[in-house]
Amino acid sequence: MNNTSTFIKKEFLHVFRDRKTLLMLFGLPIVQIILFGFALTNEITNAKIVVCDYAKDDASQQIIGKLQASQQFDIQRILLNHKQIETAFKDAEIKMAVVFPANFNSDLLHQHKAQVQLITDASDPNTATAISGYANQIVMDYQNELMQLQRVPYQINTEVRMLYNPELKAAVNFVPGVMSLILLLVCVLMTSVAIVKEKETGTMEVLLVSPFSPFLIIVSKAMPYLALSLINLTIILLLSVLVLGMPINGSILLLYAVSTLFIITALSLGLLISNRTASQQSAMLISLMGMLVPSILFTGFMFPLENMPYPLQLVSHIIPAKWYYIIVKSVMVKGLGFSAIWKETLVLLTMTMLLLVVNIKTFKIRLT
Amino acid sequence: MDTVIHTDKLTKRFGDFIAANEITFDVYRGEIFGFLGANGAGKTTAMRMLCGLSKPSSGTATIAGFDIYKQTEEIKKNIGYMSQKFSLYEDLTILENIRFFGGIYGLSDKQLKEKSEQLIGTLGMECEAKKMVGALPLGWKQKLSFSVAILHEPKIVFLDEPTGGVDPVTRRQFWDLIYEAADSGITVFVTTHYMDEAEYCNRISMMVDGEIRALDTPAKLKQEYAVTSMDEVFYRLARGAKRSE
Repeated sequence: MNNTSTFIKKEFLHVFRDRKTLLMLFGLPIVQIILFGFALTNEITNAKIVVCDYAKDDASQQIIGKLQASQQFDIQRILLNHKQIETAFKDAEIKMAVVFPANFNSDLLHQHKAQVQLITDASDPNTATAISGYANQIVMDYQNELMQLQRVPYQINTEVRMLYNPELKAAVNFVPGVMSLILLLVCVLMTSVAIVKEKETGTMEVLLVSPFSPFLIIVSKAMPYLALSLINLTIILLLSVLVLGMPINGSILLLYAVSTLFIITALSLGLLISNRTASQQSAMLISLMGMLVPSILFTGFMFPLENMPYPLQLVSHIIPAKWYYIIVKSVMVKGLGFSAIWKETLVLLTMTMLLLVVNIKTFKIRLT
Repeated sequence: MDTVIHTDKLTKRFGDFIAANEITFDVYRGEIFGFLGANGAGKTTAMRMLCGLSKPSSGTATIAGFDIYKQTEEIKKNIGYMSQKFSLYEDLTILENIRFFGGIYGLSDKQLKEKSEQLIGTLGMECEAKKMVGALPLGWKQKLSFSVAILHEPKIVFLDEPTGGVDPVTRRQFWDLIYEAADSGITVFVTTHYMDEAEYCNRISMMVDGEIRALDTPAKLKQEYAVTSMDEVFYRLARGAKRSE
């Protein structure tokens, strides 16, 4: 009995001495409860929309007023022309466009029947469905008010158009998400573990004594993972085209180019982790908890970022996978060219440069 | 005699802690130089500075005639290193390891082929050449590790406790390899805890608390301290150490 308590005491000592693990043990539930509680709601608030009002009459103005007053929508602009809608979707993060035809009110008054068009960005099918549902509800409310007021069976139909993804395929959402996560996982986890392994076994020291340049050691170590990731990417793309029936609408070359950039970003992250850790376990733990989990939460393919509190939206900006996810969706789903994704590409490029500079600095420090 | 390692007041500080304090010594060509000291005495720090793994805080040194601050690349080409941990790739075969380490020292394909055949022949590992290094017994690994460290015919080879955990017979065989290397003109700089190994060295230095307290041939040191074994020399010198791990 006494032996057992001695043993248990020792185990408790191990746990208490390992401050990092202890911190994580209690830190994790706190962070997760806060995240899931506040950030990760599927409810939609303040979705950015544009309105194209050809009618400019009583009825259209009243519905616009109702849209504006609702918590769900935030009208960005009133457009004059149908053609501006597509550019609005491309340039800004617009979730929906509402179009009133020219004779909206008169149709309503004379034929007791009118139509509103709702165009949504269905590259995120869940949000698109939810948003068009909300908008439909607001239009119905207006219709019911009219009917009660004037006792005439008015009927306003909403015609919903799902832009980019008319069939509302879920693959359109998760394929880019899976691409971001797999590339991140392979590159960050595998490189950091591979480099830390050389530190653990002592071969790194032998390499550093040799005339082979430290920079080239790192480049050589990263090469297989770059190649493997490109093969991985090809497998994912083939599967999504052949099995899931999800076409690549944009340039394949552009897709590979930005993917290579993202892979390099991830490799430099792996390198950063390996520079700061001494054991394979901690490299693995940091890669998984520090990289993979935030990437799942903040990339935007599981939980819409727009609905998160502002500080958390700021956090999402530093997640490289978020930018890559936006790029992949733009190129693969929306079929857009480089002009539409240069901002995101620039962000990734800047991140990569910064990471590489930090890596080179810390690598030198380790040598002295 | 050619001087291959020359240090003058070489010092390494980590904050307030002086790991190596004004170390001054010379090592001559073809010599087996034993570098002794208790744990924490500063041996590893001193050796890391000489190999270019660590920058000295002050003092000067030349390795194979090259300046330790300015000509690190030249130094790297002219030294070999065997670390305390076994440092070949266990998931590569003997042959692959030889080719890799020879390759990073810039040996040509032809040289690599010749060298690896010769090396495997000397070690009598013909049957195992295509086996994973991880499957070899520790003694074999260490001999292989040493042979790989001198594959590029360096002027100096640094051995950091090369025979830890190895049985006496294998250790003896390992020292035969060291003698062979020294005979061919390679200077051997070796740290060890085994006092019988200290006897094998041409000259030894003793580090205590970051300083070199004694430097001479084993015979003269025993004479100086009026004792019969290196064990006792070590004990006398290290007894007063303030630092220990």
